[in-house]
Amino acid sequence: MGAEDIDAIRERETAAWDAQRCRIAVCTAAGCLSSGAAAVRQAIADGVTHAALDGVRVVGTGCLGLCHAGPLVRVDTPDDRALYDRATPSLAAILVAHARAGTLPAEGRNTDEASFFAAQDRIVLANAGRIDSERVEDYIAAGGYRALQKAVTEMTAHDVVDEIVASGLRGRGGGGYPTGLKWSTVAKADGPTKYVICNADEGDPGAFMDRSVLEGDPHRVLEGMAIAGYAVGAEQGFVYVRGEYPLAIARLKTAIKQAERLQLLGNRIFDSALNFRIDLRIGAGAFVCGEETALIASIEGRRGTPRPRPPFPAARGLWNRPTLINNVETFANVAPIVERGGAWYAAIGTEKSKGTKVFALAGAIARTGLIEVPMGLTLREIIFDIGGGIPDGRSFKAAQTGGPSGGCIPADHLDLPVDYESLAGIGSIMGSGGLIVMDDRSCMVDVARFFMEFCRDESCGKCIPCRAGTVQMHGLLTKITEGRADERDLRLLEQLSELLTRTSLCGLGQTAANPVKSTLRHFRDEYLAHIVDKRCPAGVCRMGGAS
Amino acid sequence: MPTAIPAAAPAHPSGDKRFKILDATMKRHRHSPDALLEVLHAAQELFGFLDLDCLIYVARSLKVPPSRVYGVATFYNFFSLKPKGEHTCVVCMGTACYVKGTAAILAAVERQYCIKAGETTPNGALSLVTARCLGACGLAPAVVFDEEVAGGLSVALTIARLARWTDHGR
Repeated sequence: MGAEDIDAIRERETAAWDAQRCRIAVCTAAGCLSSGAAAVRQAIADGVTHAALDGVRVVGTGCLGLCHAGPLVRVDTPDDRALYDRATPSLAAILVAHARAGTLPAEGRNTDEASFFAAQDRIVLANAGRIDSERVEDYIAAGGYRALQKAVTEMTAHDVVDEIVASGLRGRGGGGYPTGLKWSTVAKADGPTKYVICNADEGDPGAFMDRSVLEGDPHRVLEGMAIAGYAVGAEQGFVYVRGEYPLAIARLKTAIKQAERLQLLGNRIFDSALNFRIDLRIGAGAFVCGEETALIASIEGRRGTPRPRPPFPAARGLWNRPTLINNVETFANVAPIVERGGAWYAAIGTEKSKGTKVFALAGAIARTGLIEVPMGLTLREIIFDIGGGIPDGRSFKAAQTGGPSGGCIPADHLDLPVDYESLAGIGSIMGSGGLIVMDDRSCMVDVARFFMEFCRDESCGKCIPCRAGTVQMHGLLTKITEGRADERDLRLLEQLSELLTRTSLCGLGQTAANPVKSTLRHFRDEYLAHIVDKRCPAGVCRMGGAS
Repeated sequence: MPTAIPAAAPAHPSGDKRFKILDATMKRHRHSPDALLEVLHAAQELFGFLDLDCLIYVARSLKVPPSRVYGVATFYNFFSLKPKGEHTCVVCMGTACYVKGTAAILAAVERQYCIKAGETTPNGALSLVTARCLGACGLAPAVVFDEEVAGGLSVALTIARLARWTDHGR
């Protein structure tokens, strides 16, 4: 199947879209499915079939963002659109009745939509709410695989790398390494065999961006990987996906089969010289496998332990071959960049952080959900304008970014623009995009202990600073939260923080102390209250004897 | 991709048909040691857990040292070397769930059934597990009852929900 056939599908599907009077998209991401979206979708589909409505299409779509108010349903008519929240099967009858007339019912309509979406700029999530996650034809109709076609038929591999460099895209897994630089290193590496790996081992607790992208728009990731394969000269790709995401795995499997059927993956893609295949590898629950050398070890069927770098995977990666590893969101940005040009992407965002970033908002925030914003928006805009602020009349205490490798940001930094450098400057990191809001009921020492427990459990045990250091630090933090610590313990905690950061083998250990360091920096008084006054200001920790 | 010489593995002496399915999986991966994780995934799906006999069988078939198979099986949280209970309750301990109080839910379940996270009740009715993060933070605090994810839970709701399973057999 060649370019003409894909064009034919696009034309046919676009014509079918234009002929629709009404499109009802039910969010079928994991969050909404857990709150009953499947039954809602079924009820609506049955209703439409029963009423024999022409020109009304019911689709299951990717994450619509307002996860706390699920199941969500988006309805589009030629002139208008509306979002319905907390949908139940009984909404179906109402929607079907209105679909017949081509109108939108007022009942059950979500009122937060305007303020939630106003400041957002959706590139990675552009297809959520538009396409059926399980139909490749929908993806093609929405312009999908056009970028791949452009790359392999109109551009040289060098041109593609240049566009990525020009876009200023940086790794969205959290490290922020310039993507273009990584691509050109792998492209220049010697060797007939190279690999492309998509890191979908989204391990940070409180982060669900990659899951949403994989569930809602899997072809976007596959297309990005195929373009990468062309750019760096690889013929085989792997998606290493978390075993905890069964729905994402199922959707990826379906998508790979569909792409193979249309020869969008396989041999001679778009009649070019590009051969590219993608296989899935399922993780087995080890946080450290998000680290690239550990992930490679896991794909090779071994314990997921990291090794020292250099050599970097770009030189010696999977089976010692040059390997390009990027995160899901990074790959999801590739097709739009290739299609619209690096300069277009570079015009979004701040000087050093280009483009948009997807964040998962969670914790003590009114609108838990998934957002995509241009880099450089302030935390205040994200939490209060988009996220709707802190519920239950509580006050903001801290925002946690970067998971167990990140830090807590206090209220006086709310006006900080969110980009890689600013967050690093105050002792946190951009991370993969989990943003957890904490109100005055959270104890910062307890939060630090929570993350240290996480790192202690997930330490692979290969290097001693991490293996023993996380145990000792967790012990000290527990001592503080139980009111048994003195100031010597605090000094020891600080010394160990430095030791772990400087001497650990991989990112897990090197960043494990970050939550402790950042809470000590911004909330030192809380530590002192526990140590000196034997009191937990937030009332979370049970002090020895006091409870 | 490196390939290994297909091994003519001897069939498992028990004659258990599930080993034949496992054999087919290994054959599909050309008995490559690189496929160890995929093979263990398949084995756990077939048997529910990985016992020593199964691990040794995999080691022989893939021609890798048993120590490596054991090392991999114990490294990853997903693999279980003990049988699971009839029902499984997974309490999410992700950050979002934690700040919304799953620690209290976990403690209450542990007290109620006198087991710790990672254990199964002596009668085999209930396994209690914790998850790093289900990625369903919009539902926090979230608990998975067998395959079903439930959100917005409290201690009382969780205990009541579990009682439906455990009181039934009494």
